[in-house]
Amino acid sequence: MLSSGFALIFGLMRIANLTHGSLFMIGAYIAASVLRGGYNLVVAAIVAMAFVGLLGAIIERLILRSLSGNSQGQVLATLGLSFIAADACLMIWGGDPIPINAPEMLRAPLQLFGFSFPTYRLVVLGISMISAVLLYLLMERTRLGAMIRAGVDDMQMARAVGIPASQLFTIVFSLGALLAGLGGTVGGPMLNAYPGLDADMLPLALIVVILGGVGSLIGTFVASFIIGFIYTFGIALVPDLAYVILFLPMVFVIAFRPSGLFGTIRT
Amino acid sequence: MMKNSFFHIVLVAILVVLPLFFGEYYVNLGSQIMVAVIFAASLNLLVGYGGLTSLGHATYLGLAAYTSAWLFQKYGMSHDYTAVIALMFTTFIGAIFGWISLRASGLSFLMLTLALSQIIWGIGYRWVALTNGDNGISGLTRPSPFGINLENSTNFYWFCLIVTVISLFFIARIVNSPFGTSLKGTRDQEKRMSALGYNVWMIRWVTFIMASFFGAVSGLLYVYLNKYIHPSVISITSSAEGLLCVIAGGAGTLAGPILGSILIVLLKNYVSGFVERWNMLLGIIFVFIVIFMPAGMAPGFKQLKNRWFGGKKP
Amino acid sequence: MTLALEVKDLKKSFGGIAVTQSVNLQIAPGERRLIIGPNGAGKTTLFAQITGDLKPDSGSVSIFGKEVIPLPVHARAHMGMSRTYQIITLFKKDTLAHNVVLSLLGIDGRKKNIFNPLGPQDSLYDQAIEFLDSVGLKQQAHRHVSEISYGEQRRVEIALALAQKPKLLLLDEPLAGLSQDERVMVSELINKISKDVAIVMIEHDMDMALAFAEKILVLQYGKVIVDGDRDAVVNDPKTQEVYLGH
Repeated sequence: MLSSGFALIFGLMRIANLTHGSLFMIGAYIAASVLRGGYNLVVAAIVAMAFVGLLGAIIERLILRSLSGNSQGQVLATLGLSFIAADACLMIWGGDPIPINAPEMLRAPLQLFGFSFPTYRLVVLGISMISAVLLYLLMERTRLGAMIRAGVDDMQMARAVGIPASQLFTIVFSLGALLAGLGGTVGGPMLNAYPGLDADMLPLALIVVILGGVGSLIGTFVASFIIGFIYTFGIALVPDLAYVILFLPMVFVIAFRPSGLFGTIRT
Repeated sequence: MMKNSFFHIVLVAILVVLPLFFGEYYVNLGSQIMVAVIFAASLNLLVGYGGLTSLGHATYLGLAAYTSAWLFQKYGMSHDYTAVIALMFTTFIGAIFGWISLRASGLSFLMLTLALSQIIWGIGYRWVALTNGDNGISGLTRPSPFGINLENSTNFYWFCLIVTVISLFFIARIVNSPFGTSLKGTRDQEKRMSALGYNVWMIRWVTFIMASFFGAVSGLLYVYLNKYIHPSVISITSSAEGLLCVIAGGAGTLAGPILGSILIVLLKNYVSGFVERWNMLLGIIFVFIVIFMPAGMAPGFKQLKNRWFGGKKP
Repeated sequence: MTLALEVKDLKKSFGGIAVTQSVNLQIAPGERRLIIGPNGAGKTTLFAQITGDLKPDSGSVSIFGKEVIPLPVHARAHMGMSRTYQIITLFKKDTLAHNVVLSLLGIDGRKKNIFNPLGPQDSLYDQAIEFLDSVGLKQQAHRHVSEISYGEQRRVEIALALAQKPKLLLLDEPLAGLSQDERVMVSELINKISKDVAIVMIEHDMDMALAFAEKILVLQYGKVIVDGDRDAVVNDPKTQEVYLGH
């Protein structure tokens, strides 16, 4: 989810949104606060998505808009924003990790075919698949999706046929941010909310998008799984270097196949 | 031309006598600034003159620093050797990373430099046996070139000044050479340059190597200054600060990295006394500069200087 | 006699659409060749495959007898080929003289020098001004590209190409967007170019182009329709059909 949001933003707007990790983290923190207030996770998710999505829209309108065409500037601005966000979170929520608990009913492992599955993780898997499917449907079946795809393929042409590019940008950015917020909430029980969450998550998003190929949602999805597997096994086998192992596939892919596994767009 | 050199000589002369008027804290601050200047100037080769924005340049500072520290600590090697090995090794890694990163361009290039930097950063933290992880390596010493004791702050300051002046001299030469001219060309019109017969990839790769070399130089000065090295020096924040120095000062100018480094180092030292949230301030400055002052400070200052000292005709 | 340019059986498709279909082309040294065809005929694509910006699916391109398809783009300048662009891709923030200097430097071994300064007093700048003089822009040598008119920029394009003393010159719509007077000026410039330079030109302006051409290649849908001496091609019914038919 985190990665599809990033892929969306990068693919369409060519903006490497380095704030993405921060948005994920903010989502997690907000969810934590909502939960502390006594609401359940679903509510938390909705609130987090809304807030982060809105934040995304604000960022896009205020800051990125004034830098349109200056892609280097945009990257640097999002970098700056991520620093601001990181410290802001530190200020608001303090330096200790905040646990986010899965809802009661999902805590017990699920017994299936004689195997015991961690229920919550299955739910997460389910949610990510559903959101992937929804995103896919949005892209392929709706008018909005068609407009976005047109924009990705050829920005000028899209403008010429009357597609309102600027509003589209805002929407896309919001959507991407929203997904990040959702990711932060849903991932909460597994990761908790802590300072540095953004720095841990962002590279993952980058890797997944590059590995999967810019412009391809399927690629992002597949790559997410691949990276997920590698990370989990890596942590189990070579804990010290798990982080490094994560980056190697990306480096290899870029070195030998710059458009990624499924990529369709060249930067 | 003559007037320009006069200005430079006056400037250097002032810098030489400064430590005689200020206390140790300020002298060390001066050394700190100079380390930043070399780092920023090396990055500027890539960013300002080459048009290649890198977010992983701190890697080279860190690699050189760690190599020097590790060789000293593990083998008790003398600084003559550690310096040479550190420079060679770091530049070698720069060549490899440059090769990898230049497989892409634009944003993918940026992400690659970031990724590679993160790998080294990760190694720095996790491979505790090698790098001592989060504890860093301490108990280091400064070299004694020609028997001069550099533990003395003022002596070290002058040592830094010499290294900085020499480094900036070479960087200026590179920038104004035919190679530098072609580098700037590739920044402005990449395709055209290819058509005109330039091997754009090679130009960029060589620049990357040179940038990593000077980054290594700054790394050595850094580890000598602090006599301590910690993985945080290879973080994104570190690279970002360097980038900010370049951009705030004015990318693609010779004075830019100098002005930017002065600003950022001074800010960092004074502000962190009052404000805990240096990162947030860094971020705010970043966004501010990128939106409102993308050309940086150097162009504005250049006009002032030209009025007072006379300058080069375009 | 080695051909300046030889294109053999060149083929290129984009996702099922054939944009270059078995194109053959032979340019002798010093020849003046015009390539025409309606929009979408594949002229620019053909050019791109010759200059190396695009890789053909099959076939060969040889410049003075040397196969160039496997070579990188920048190799061609060293083989005596220069080109101009349809869209202005000059170095806008630099002076005219500096633009030409970059062109001169491209094929000069000096470009590898990382130490000696290259300043305005350098001999390269003097040479640059001479080339600018040959296109009538000597007075403007120290102005920036962004300050001069479009027509003057087009002439700078030509100066850049000529500065590399090519034996094979590719001109991509050199008259595009010019006023009538400017067209005349640029046409004269082109006609003045030394006769030992082979020139291949894509152009839509028929008056000028026909005056220039010795031989003409007519393309349509990526295929060669007619290829031969000017008068023969002009009178060929197939040519007229391409332009006037369907």
